[in-house]
Amino acid sequence: MEEQGTYVTPVWSELLHELSEAGAEVATCYQCGRCSAGCPVAEFFDFKPMQVVRMCCYGMEDALLSSRTIWLCASCETCTTRCPNGIDIARVMDVLRSRALLAGKTAPEPGVTRFHQAFLNSIRANGRVYELGMIANYKLRTGDFFSDAALGLQMLRRGKLSFLPSRIQGAREVRGFFRRKSR
Amino acid sequence: MANEEKKEKDPTVEVAYYPGCSLHGTAREYDGSVREVARVLDVRLLELRDWNCCGASSAHMTDHRLAVDLAARNLRIAARERKDLLVPCAACFHRLKAAQKAFRDEPDQPGEGLAEVQVIHVSDWLRKPETLARIRGAVKHPLKGLRLVPYYGCLITRPPAVTGSREPEDPKGMDLLIRVLGAEVRRWSFKTECCGGSLTMPRADLTRILVSRIVKAAARAGAQGIVTMCPMCQANLESRQLDLKKQDREHPLLPVFFATELVAACTSETRQVNRWKPHLIDPAEVLSPAGL
Repeated sequence: MEEQGTYVTPVWSELLHELSEAGAEVATCYQCGRCSAGCPVAEFFDFKPMQVVRMCCYGMEDALLSSRTIWLCASCETCTTRCPNGIDIARVMDVLRSRALLAGKTAPEPGVTRFHQAFLNSIRANGRVYELGMIANYKLRTGDFFSDAALGLQMLRRGKLSFLPSRIQGAREVRGFFRRKSR
Repeated sequence: MANEEKKEKDPTVEVAYYPGCSLHGTAREYDGSVREVARVLDVRLLELRDWNCCGASSAHMTDHRLAVDLAARNLRIAARERKDLLVPCAACFHRLKAAQKAFRDEPDQPGEGLAEVQVIHVSDWLRKPETLARIRGAVKHPLKGLRLVPYYGCLITRPPAVTGSREPEDPKGMDLLIRVLGAEVRRWSFKTECCGGSLTMPRADLTRILVSRIVKAAARAGAQGIVTMCPMCQANLESRQLDLKKQDREHPLLPVFFATELVAACTSETRQVNRWKPHLIDPAEVLSPAGL
């Protein structure tokens, strides 16, 4: 591709390589800003989606991996849907999150990280998510026992939370997926 | 395709059914009402044998391979059963479709036919002209005078490269369904705005802001209720509205229905006393003029 105008010459990095493998060609971004205008949570981000995309090109991985943005992204896929260059920006966020976990970065949004861990632990244990157990696990991890306690009781009263987990026969097979994760 | 042929000979169609974890818990009423609607439409739902969690947001947000593996196991089971797969949960639908795309993009992986399984979200099933016609014929208690807004959220339609949606910015399936039930569809611009469901536990503060915008927009549009087909949206919109109402007495409080609950209530002979009990926001007042 001929580089001109707003196109950047990306600095080769392992991150760019991984993004490219995932089908997210961040170098094609011409900073139109549709991703950031439509993002429902951009106002809470430290870097807007369009900045994230450009920072990937510049090799600013450290700043990205310790950013709030990657954990506050709700994965609603609005950016991916609207990008005129077909950049799967939600996937860029996925790649950055998994690289942040792998690099052992201190997450600026520990609650979000712990929620994902509690959720995945529940799948690993039973093959399905056992909501009540998942919530208890999350509360233990965060030490935040009181928020939403009234809501939890309401949901129990309305039969919206099962007391018992349902464990599937293929639970071992599912556990195997956790052993051969991406890397 | 197999189902199309079958429909000619046998009035009862069989599909594999993937309820997903939410429908066994927080969205129990969604599960129950999908099953009721299937009976009305003579569709036999065979729950996918030994299905596992699709991984939802937490898996793909942190590990791509894990997310694909979790979804693919379910698709393999459906492929072995040679049936179309009906999916009510928006997140499950999205993950299953995304796994199929991952396999299509890398054709040398052994997929065992999983990419060919027809994964159908309930909203696509119910919007087919023949399905809408049957529902219209089965309505016994129309939602006369009720004003509703359809709320699609994120994952039923986005991104279209995964979901196959032809109208990701302005979906219309639920609009058609609500009109068939006799209610009025109000126009609004928040049909596909994200409610922040995946952040509702760790960042309730932020989620409340998103929910408030959606609910206020619905109220401005003159709606008396919100209709959805996503279990996360339903739970999030109802629960966070309770918080918002506590903080601000003037905040609107709108019940959030699963579209299938409304179809079941409109087509059922008898009035079920406990039908609306799972709702955190009691819809009795809104529904009483329709006699439901």
